[in-house]
Amino acid sequence: MTEWRPPLALVGAWLALLGLLALTVTLAYVPLGAGNAVVALSIGTIKAVLVAAIFMELRKRHGLTLVFAAAGLFWLGILLWLGLMDFMTRT
Amino acid sequence: MSEPNYLTTDYTLQSWFLTTDHKRIAILYFASLIFFFFIGGAAATAIRIELATPQADLVSSDVYNRLFTMHGIIMVWFFLIPSIPNTLGNFLVPLMIGARDLAFPRLNLMSWYIFMLGGCTTLFAILAGGIDTGWTFYTPFSTLYSNSYVIVAAAGVFIAGFSSILTGLNFIVTIHRLRAPGLTWYRLPLFLWSLYATSVILVLATPVLAVTLLLIATERFFGVGIFDPRIGGDPLLFQHLFWFYSHPAVYIMILPGMGVVNELVSCFSRKPVFGYKFVAWASLAIAAVGFLVWGHHMFVSGQSLIASLVFSFMSFVVAVPSAIKVFNWTATLHKGSIHFDAPMLYALAFIGLFTIGGLTGLFLACLAFDVHATDTYFVVAHFHYIMVGGMVTAYFGGLHYWWPKITGRLYSEYWARTAAVLIFFGFNLTFFPQFILGAEGMPRRYHVYPPEFQVWNVLSSGGAAILAVAYLLPMFYLGYSAFFGARAPANPWNAPGLEWQTSSPPPEENFETQPVVTREPYQYNEAFEAEPQNA
Ligand code: HEM
Ligand SMILES: [Cu+2]
Repeated sequence: MTEWRPPLALVGAWLALLGLLALTVTLAYVPLGAGNAVVALSIGTIKAVLVAAIFMELRKRHGLTLVFAAAGLFWLGILLWLGLMDFMTRT
Repeated sequence: MSEPNYLTTDYTLQSWFLTTDHKRIAILYFASLIFFFFIGGAAATAIRIELATPQADLVSSDVYNRLFTMHGIIMVWFFLIPSIPNTLGNFLVPLMIGARDLAFPRLNLMSWYIFMLGGCTTLFAILAGGIDTGWTFYTPFSTLYSNSYVIVAAAGVFIAGFSSILTGLNFIVTIHRLRAPGLTWYRLPLFLWSLYATSVILVLATPVLAVTLLLIATERFFGVGIFDPRIGGDPLLFQHLFWFYSHPAVYIMILPGMGVVNELVSCFSRKPVFGYKFVAWASLAIAAVGFLVWGHHMFVSGQSLIASLVFSFMSFVVAVPSAIKVFNWTATLHKGSIHFDAPMLYALAFIGLFTIGGLTGLFLACLAFDVHATDTYFVVAHFHYIMVGGMVTAYFGGLHYWWPKITGRLYSEYWARTAAVLIFFGFNLTFFPQFILGAEGMPRRYHVYPPEFQVWNVLSSGGAAILAVAYLLPMFYLGYSAFFGARAPANPWNAPGLEWQTSSPPPEENFETQPVVTREPYQYNEAFEAEPQNA
């Protein structure tokens, strides 16, 4: 066993997530028109990156693990792309 | 008996329920799946009895809805998806790569417990009154108009999904990390390529199903507008999300069967599989392209014409790798020294029935034809040809082929062949008439129908009775052989795979010494057969 150290990165990421959550909630009450969705999704993306990089420890991984993580993202892209293809062209 | 094997090391109950041995976990799954197969089969029996006459004489329409829903949910999630991967796959993956166990043995056990928890939750929903949405949980049946235990059943499927993900993860890591020295990717048995492709789908698709079921619960409990257009949802979103999972899931239900058939065709033709690399990559191609076709279930749903065109085209593309496999199996048979042992009979049945199922899938992928055939018995016949004629047949074939390895006993060849032939006839008699019924316009999911359809329905119900007997037969002769059968040698089929190089049944640690692979796969040549076999 290595010596136990406070998981600073984890605590930091947690606080950052809470901060971003507060930001989402606050901005939801500021009327920005279409900008609201953009802001909410951008914050969501940042949160997802934090979770992937720090909680899932992807920042310390190489090669195959990253390939599989990227595959998950790529497949999400397929879902959005083909799903929106219907939505955008519906009459 | 000489050496203790994995079955005889310990007889206590906790040695089974707390085991981390992949071989014992395979048996736990096997027993559970038989149980679920019986429940799904009981529902099917009731359906076929009801449909023997045009009137409603056995059940009300409400009960009928619950019967076909229960049949579908149990058969898809609690039998077919785990069938080959979790029994034969669990047993064979480590043996075929020369490993001691899967990469995560405890995760493997946990996946069985999660599976059982999901299964019991769904069973509870059934006992408490059933579900009437069909296995697809379509909205608004499952949301706005739901009057049954939808959320409980969906929770059961949701839970079972985690067991799928864990199994997929376990297989992927195991095949990457634990291959014996010398066992390169292109030396892997093709069964493992297909299980690998299956695992990739399990890991990438199942989370979407989980999300979809969660969204249903969110809309129902919190009134958030997700699928209901009156409160801002999109009425087709559910179908998109559901089929994004469920079309790939149909490949979860066929790829492992294809994998088994590679092993059987090669062994009983005494030849390597023709075009190994094509077959191997065809599995991965199916896994990838299978994610691009889901909209072919939505041709009449009101999705855009452009989307329908693209999904129709992609559905034709996805048939190519499947066709490659069928051609390559046929080419493997060519000039082979063919032996008609029971497993081979199942494999040959698979090839024919899968081909019919796949080709009728192409009919349905044609927009104009699908408008006529959708929601008719043609669709029902199509998918049963693949799922039952294909996958269940392959499962039985694989079970017979590896039975001597799993139990260390030999079954009665006579009875095994009888069952195989009976299954083939019973199956065709049950489902071929349904193509005709569908083409003539009989819709699915109704328990009454115009009298002119009765002839074909009676044939179908008669076939189902034969099929039921044929499926019960192996219970008896395989069950008998497990206790009283002759002892099996280590390698009864003279096959070169690693799983045959250890005793039958294998010891707890699989191999006494770490095997080293020096040969290409499927070397069924004279030199090999001349090698002395250790019994
Ligand atoms: C050659 C590849 C295949 C093609 C082109 C294909 C095409 C189709 C199409 C277009 C439909 C929709 C019909 C409709 O509802 O109107 C369909 C339904 C279905 N297919 Fe296939 N299919 C293929 C392979 C498979 C496989 C391998 C399986 C299962 C292992 C399968 C299982 C199903 C099921 C379960 C349904 C009905 C779903 C439902 O509505 O309940 N198909 N197929
Ligand atoms: Cu499909």
